[in-house]
Amino acid sequence: MDVELLIGIFPQVLLDGIILGFMYALIALGYTMVYGVLEFINFAHSEIFIVGAFVGVEVMLGLKSVGLLEGLPWPVVLILVLLAGMAGSGLLAVAVERVAYRPLRNAPRLIPLISAIGISFFLQDMIRLFESLWRNAFNLVYPTLDVLNLRFELTETMDVSVKSLVVIVGALLMLWALHLIVNRTKVGTAIRAVAEDQAAASLMGIDVNRIISLTFLIGGAMGGAAGVLFGVQYGLINPYSGFIPGLKAFTAAVLGGIGNIPGAMVGGLVLGLLEAFAASYLSLLTGGAFGAEYKDILAFSLLILILIFRPKGLLGEVVRERA
Amino acid sequence: MIHHRVRLVLALLAVLAVALAPASELQAQAGKGTIKIATQSPLSGGQAALGEGIKLGAQLAIERMKGTLEKQGFKVDFVPFDDQAKPDVGVANSKNIIADKDILAIIGHLNSGVAIPSSEVYKEVSLVMISPANTNPVVTDRGYPNVNRVCGRDDIQGVVGSEFAHATMKAKSVYIIHDKTPYGQGVAEFFKADAEKKGLKVLGFEGTEEKSNFDPIITPMKAKNPDVIYFGGIYDQGAPFFKQAREKGVKGKFLGPDGMDSSDLTKIAGKAVVGMHYTSAAGPASALPKAKAFSEEFKKKFGKNPEPYAAEAYDAATIAIKAIEAAAKGGKVPSREDVATAVRKAKLPNGITGDIEFDAKGDRKKALYFVLQVANEDPGKWGDNKIVKQLTIAAPAAAKK
Repeated sequence: MDVELLIGIFPQVLLDGIILGFMYALIALGYTMVYGVLEFINFAHSEIFIVGAFVGVEVMLGLKSVGLLEGLPWPVVLILVLLAGMAGSGLLAVAVERVAYRPLRNAPRLIPLISAIGISFFLQDMIRLFESLWRNAFNLVYPTLDVLNLRFELTETMDVSVKSLVVIVGALLMLWALHLIVNRTKVGTAIRAVAEDQAAASLMGIDVNRIISLTFLIGGAMGGAAGVLFGVQYGLINPYSGFIPGLKAFTAAVLGGIGNIPGAMVGGLVLGLLEAFAASYLSLLTGGAFGAEYKDILAFSLLILILIFRPKGLLGEVVRERA
Repeated sequence: MIHHRVRLVLALLAVLAVALAPASELQAQAGKGTIKIATQSPLSGGQAALGEGIKLGAQLAIERMKGTLEKQGFKVDFVPFDDQAKPDVGVANSKNIIADKDILAIIGHLNSGVAIPSSEVYKEVSLVMISPANTNPVVTDRGYPNVNRVCGRDDIQGVVGSEFAHATMKAKSVYIIHDKTPYGQGVAEFFKADAEKKGLKVLGFEGTEEKSNFDPIITPMKAKNPDVIYFGGIYDQGAPFFKQAREKGVKGKFLGPDGMDSSDLTKIAGKAVVGMHYTSAAGPASALPKAKAFSEEFKKKFGKNPEPYAAEAYDAATIAIKAIEAAAKGGKVPSREDVATAVRKAKLPNGITGDIEFDAKGDRKKALYFVLQVANEDPGKWGDNKIVKQLTIAAPAAAKK
């Protein structure tokens, strides 16, 4: 075993894990916010996430076709693409709630869950249909901005690219903005009130339906931002790309304590780091007997262990007990 | 009111008459029966570019060659199936295919992992399969009388790759990634075994089903700094892998098997893969004297360049038609067994991909292998890729276990 190599790649793996972790955290927010308010798991969120990536790539390709991709300064392009992705996913999440969940709000708990799974399949194939008609393509490639691929060599075995910094800074800004909205504004107070007790909140003059739509809008927009960052970071998306990251982010939400916003961030980071370390170190540590392909097994085994000792997730005690 | 009803009934009758007319006409034309030739390849999903090429290649051949059979009074139909590059879908399609008694031959598949279980189904009814693209040795090594292929084998292709890495690229060390499918892992293992025999250092051998985030694989790979990186798999995974590896500053040269041979490789990976080499069991038009005319005809009919394996599919379908003609000498629709026997005995001396003849287990007696280099980042110029090396190698005679 090459100890020098093991130590040498450590910072790079840490960075890979953090990037992945922030991505999971942003997606996990969508699951956790909806759960906090409605106690229901929005399984269509993985598609809402990838729709953000598709809106982003369409805007980029649109800008490219009119020559503005190189013409505009790159931060402007990125902000435009991010805003478009957030708007697309946020509005889609609101529409999905209106059409598929609101009519079922008083139905037994399992019914909207099935509806969510149905919407998830429906959206996957709608994206596929749209992209085959519109671009005759299954895989869509994010146009590369050269500046995003610039890398800074920090040490011999570690470097960080501009786009990785974009992902980290972007995710941090989103999380900070969300924190402000939920904890410092009147709307945030209303969201927390609805999460606490819908009936009481409506007696206090809060329009519950509007607040629920707003929750979907914010959660969806976070997912859309994650989608754009995912596309920028990894470069290639297809209509089914959202499924696995969505599932992992859901796991991250449970790991952190579902319904709990800081929990989603912690859970996302923990899962991202576990995955990155498992994938990079497994084959080095076992001499090739277990390769990177076992990363999910290791990550999820640890997850089960954590949940055995902390069934409510890492930050679970913050979740309010509810009748 | 009564008038209305009468008119309605009359209208309905008219519609029925129109609907039935072509059917009865068809029956008259069909006279001696219908012969169907099917393709199975991925027509949707990430590998559709290659799968569509197989379908269109076979379609072109059938449309051009079906005249003789039609003159004898048969109706010839072409039925494409979408296996989605998934073994379960391929097998489900196969069950439908063997249930349709008119289907006498299958051209397919793209993926060995789909072809192997599907051909088990075809074997139940001795339905002949002629593969344009399945290079895994197991496909023919099972010795089934109904399974043939017009392409080469991975136990040779892998060695062609490692020989090239050793002798031409002068590599001292290699790092191998594969996609965990019978095709990708298979060819990667042959590459690895021969590379080790030649004294190359294999720094890593990793399987992955990942399609977007290759960071955790690239980081240890970069630290080990291999001379050559080999990806055993298909372009929809290989392209993002190579792209991310270059972006993360990996300096080694890239090499891959024929799964990289699609214009979508440059469409996804762009300049990251320009200059990379790949081995192939299907040469570009420039290598095959007759393929130029084929490309032009293909482009005229379908409005795009033929992807690799379209020419192989064309040849495979031609063999199928010739074999059916030979088996149908009595003027009756031949049995599936007779078609399978005729295919194994068939000779196509002037196919687009050269002389085609099958050996006792359905491998091509002389298969062509190439090493090519990606010339341009424009996917429209995929056809410009230059042949660096060309070999004609016979399939190994005895089945390897």
